[in-house]
Amino acid sequence: MRAALILCLMTLAALHLLLPVDILQADPSLASLLLVELRLPRTLLVIGYGATLGLTGAALQTVFANPLASPDISGASSGAVLAAVLGTYWLAITDPILLALLGTTGALMTLALLLLIAGRNGDQTTLLLGGVALSLALGAATSLALALAPSPFAFYDAFDWLMGGFADRSLGQAAAALIPALIASAWLLGRSNALDLLALGDDVASSLGVRPKRLATETIVASSIAVGACVSVCGAIGFVGLAAPVIARRVVRGHPGRALAPAAALGALLLLLADMAVRLLPLNRTLPIGVLTALFGSPLFFWMVIRARRSVTS
Amino acid sequence: MTALLNASGVSIPGRLQASSLTLNAGEMVALIGPNGGGKTSLLRAIAGAEEASGSVRIAGERLTAVGSRRSRLLGFMSSSREIGWEIPVADAIALGTGPISAERLGELFERFELGPLADRPVTRLSTGERSRVLMARAVAGAPLVLLLDEPLSNLDPYWVLQFLGAMRERAEEGGCVLCALHDLSLLPRFDRAVLVSDGAIQADAAASLIQDHPRFGAIFRVQPDERGGWEVRPPEGRRSSP
Repeated sequence: MRAALILCLMTLAALHLLLPVDILQADPSLASLLLVELRLPRTLLVIGYGATLGLTGAALQTVFANPLASPDISGASSGAVLAAVLGTYWLAITDPILLALLGTTGALMTLALLLLIAGRNGDQTTLLLGGVALSLALGAATSLALALAPSPFAFYDAFDWLMGGFADRSLGQAAAALIPALIASAWLLGRSNALDLLALGDDVASSLGVRPKRLATETIVASSIAVGACVSVCGAIGFVGLAAPVIARRVVRGHPGRALAPAAALGALLLLLADMAVRLLPLNRTLPIGVLTALFGSPLFFWMVIRARRSVTS
Repeated sequence: MTALLNASGVSIPGRLQASSLTLNAGEMVALIGPNGGGKTSLLRAIAGAEEASGSVRIAGERLTAVGSRRSRLLGFMSSSREIGWEIPVADAIALGTGPISAERLGELFERFELGPLADRPVTRLSTGERSRVLMARAVAGAPLVLLLDEPLSNLDPYWVLQFLGAMRERAEEGGCVLCALHDLSLLPRFDRAVLVSDGAIQADAAASLIQDHPRFGAIFRVQPDERGGWEVRPPEGRRSSP
């Protein structure tokens, strides 16, 4: 199963990198330039962002003991978006790497606020609700910042980016997003076993040497850094972080911690498919990728809610 | 007698006063006391489920090791019967116990009659069935110290006896068991009883003698009746009146 997943991922990545044959034949030097400057950062970002969403989604669902949790739940994505919007439209920052750093800072500040709100003894529910409240508040603040921005086109201009996109990103931007994401993801992967033990409940997990509260805080911090960095370069993309872990757990017999690695692979796979669909759909303008993932992801969310309702009533 | 568990001065602010307890190899000890008296706090403090001051040593070793090594020292079943994810029964038993041999798994399946449920997700089990999974998990690593928080609640009489049998087996194999329970009629099946109330150990005696302890009646507010069961003890004032 794992081998099939990796093979699938590699095939899709190769397909994603592929350039139209006519360009290859017409001008090989232009083709190699396009490949390195345009296609490579795009493929890397799609794989990296997708994997980050899947992995952080799986980790957050485990610490919140809730299959409906997702990376945007901590408010980190919203914080990154607000910081990037303020940087772009109010501070006139154009350097993409500076913007990526600003986004990550926004995510981290949101997180600090969340931990402050939840307090020292805050449990998972407090953190979850605090994150949802922060996301709503920051979303409103982003709309306000765009509505009152000096540029009258800010709202229209920001739409594409807010809903996620991978077009015209540089290798530098890819590095700014993916290096923090990679470090945070590696840290999370190292906690797979401890996360698995949380399934037994906090008390039994503690008796096995896990420190559940500390693990939850560290997981939220690592996830926010990873997602914040990606969001500030490619915008917010929903539902991949929710769907990938749900499918991944079916591959690993339901183990929430062991699902981290396959969730990363599935996240990358889903986003590669979505980005190829966005590129290849015969529309007269490019669809923001977040719209597509939401269109396909929301039915899954509804299905999960209905399933949860059934298990409550039965 | 070899002391296996040495808890000394274990305390949780506001809930558990500094308590010391030693359990010896081969002992099956009941932890009794009224609701809210501190049984769960004491168990959680010893199991490391809650930050507590004092020291806990198992066979002279501090509980710092993590993972499968730890499951050889300590098996813990908490009062919660929840397992939040759709993990199959066979996998849930092995969670945190390290690699478990097929032979051992077979033994546990047989002992707790879980074979037919092996591939069923734990979320689709009844509370009693989940108790069996969690008990099997707690004993899977053959731990030296077995800590059980009211494992017998929600069980039918057959499974109460089976669980007591599994505890006795662990004690006879050289381990020791500390088991919180409410059903005082089961006391004769234990070697020793520790009475906890108001966040402190109030009495520690042979299980057959604990009900004769001077504080037993006042703490539980029950007394043996003529039929060999228990009846509510009249309040002090009323009893002294003619």
